[in-house]
Amino acid sequence: MIPAQFEYSRPAGVQEAVRALAEGGEDAKVLAGGQSLIPMLRMRLAVPSLVVDLGGVVEMRGVRDDGDALVIGAMTTHDQVLRDPLVHEHAPLVVQATSTVADRQVRHMGTFGGSLAHADAAGDLPSVAVALDATFDIEGPGGRRTVPAGEFFVDYLTSAVSPDEVLVSVRVPKLTGWGTHYEKFNRVAQAWALVGVAAAVRRSGQTIEDARVALTSMGPTPVRARGVEEALIGAPATAEVVNAAADRAGEGTEPSSDVSASGEYRLHLARVLTGRAVAAAGGL
Amino acid sequence: MSRINLTVDGVRYDDDVDPRTLLVHHLRERLGKVGTVVGCDTTNCGACTVLMDGQGVKSCTVLAAQADGRTIDTIEGLAGEDGTLHPVQQAFHERHALQCGYCTPGMIMAAVDLLSENPDPTEDEVREGLEGNLCRCTGYQNIVGAVRDAAATMRAEVPAPRESTTETVEGTAPTTTGEVAR
Ligand SMILES: Cc1cc2nc3c(=O)[nH]c(=O)nc-3n(C[C@H](O)[C@H](O)[C@H](O)COP(=O)(O)OP(=O)(O)OC[C@H]3O[C@@H](n4cnc5c(N)ncnc54)[C@H](O)[C@@H]3O)c2cc1C
Ligand code: FES
Ligand code: FES
Repeated sequence: MIPAQFEYSRPAGVQEAVRALAEGGEDAKVLAGGQSLIPMLRMRLAVPSLVVDLGGVVEMRGVRDDGDALVIGAMTTHDQVLRDPLVHEHAPLVVQATSTVADRQVRHMGTFGGSLAHADAAGDLPSVAVALDATFDIEGPGGRRTVPAGEFFVDYLTSAVSPDEVLVSVRVPKLTGWGTHYEKFNRVAQAWALVGVAAAVRRSGQTIEDARVALTSMGPTPVRARGVEEALIGAPATAEVVNAAADRAGEGTEPSSDVSASGEYRLHLARVLTGRAVAAAGGL
Repeated sequence: MSRINLTVDGVRYDDDVDPRTLLVHHLRERLGKVGTVVGCDTTNCGACTVLMDGQGVKSCTVLAAQADGRTIDTIEGLAGEDGTLHPVQQAFHERHALQCGYCTPGMIMAAVDLLSENPDPTEDEVREGLEGNLCRCTGYQNIVGAVRDAAATMRAEVPAPRESTTETVEGTAPTTTGEVAR
């Protein structure tokens, strides 16, 4: 199928993009890598009057070191993230999760920011951003604002980025001294997660000092597994503690039932995968 | 209309395109590059894979306008001018890595992309590297074998940089094909 007709603009800068969106009105749509939007255009699930292609906005590409955090430009492709030495050094969880996203071709086009702005419940990077306490820099007609990960994911396919705004970059705190792991369960021919678990654990000797766990595909938005974290923090780093904590992975989730898995099966997966993710992150 | 210029299989083309035109349709319908095919509507099958600036992309999921200024390599440009097959094409032929052949153009381009990054992939690396390409016929076994054979051939070859003589084609006339998958 071919998309319905639209006007096309290719701004060279962030402000120019925001102006184009304002002029385009409410039916204007941002195009990043197009790996989610173009399928929707083809199916005519999206019928924008104007497409604002961010492909020419050079300032939105690349990764920079900002002291205690990395700033990842929204237009940095998955492939560029996987090749970036700073991300490897300071955010290995992002590398690990990104390497499971889709396939080589999609990773060559799809972007870090696009995956987050798209806010797919089965997307791998949203739960990683939540586990890492990332913050989002968004620019709109009123200027720049910053949104924490906990407020960024609003509902199914809905992020805090409004239609007249552009997600410019994402600040990912460096987790020095933490172990991290992304555990994902998917069908072989489809990369989308049935359930995914992003875990970060900081140990001091045999004690778990701090832990962060977030779940993919366990509700309309990524879920921070606070019950699991509570059971881990301050406890001895043993398999028993991890297993008991993982049993609480279902708290606060609303897993859906679909052709791929029932909600009940997703709950089972969440517990098993949380145990594995936390054990791997904690070096157990 | 958007004005775009592409270098496709070594030839430069300048064209006006409707912004909604998908790269695969531009290649097939405007430039006559019908070697690249469309197999699905969901960005899953990879049959439409071409290289954009050397990297594999699904041309059904790229707007022609997004490709402005880029270099595109399709299956049609892979063989030498004298008809000598590319090592990946030759290996697919020798290993019977196809049955109906519909997935083949995309499989071969995805394999070329993979081998440009990893010249000596293990069997698992080939399977993972081609995860964006579906084949409904072969069961993949001979495809994986062919890609590893091609890798060995290419490693043994002295790398000779391909000459690029770029000519320019202005406002290419649309070719009329009734077989375009829409
Ligand atoms: C076959 C296939 C398999 C996939 N498998 C996975 C997977 O396993 N895991 C996974 O996480 N993802 C997967 N994806 C999705 C992939 O990660 C996409 O790259 C991602 O969802 C969207 O990124 P994009 O850059 O292509 O965005 P686009 O498709 O261009 O945009 C998506 C949406 O986000 C908006 N948007 C994008 N960027 C911005 C911005 N900077 N500011 C404001 N709004 C913006 C757009 O307006 C649009 O609504 C898969 C996709 C395909 C086609
Ligand atoms: S036709 Fe492009 S992925 Fe199937
Ligand atoms: S040979 Fe028929 S789809 Fe692969």
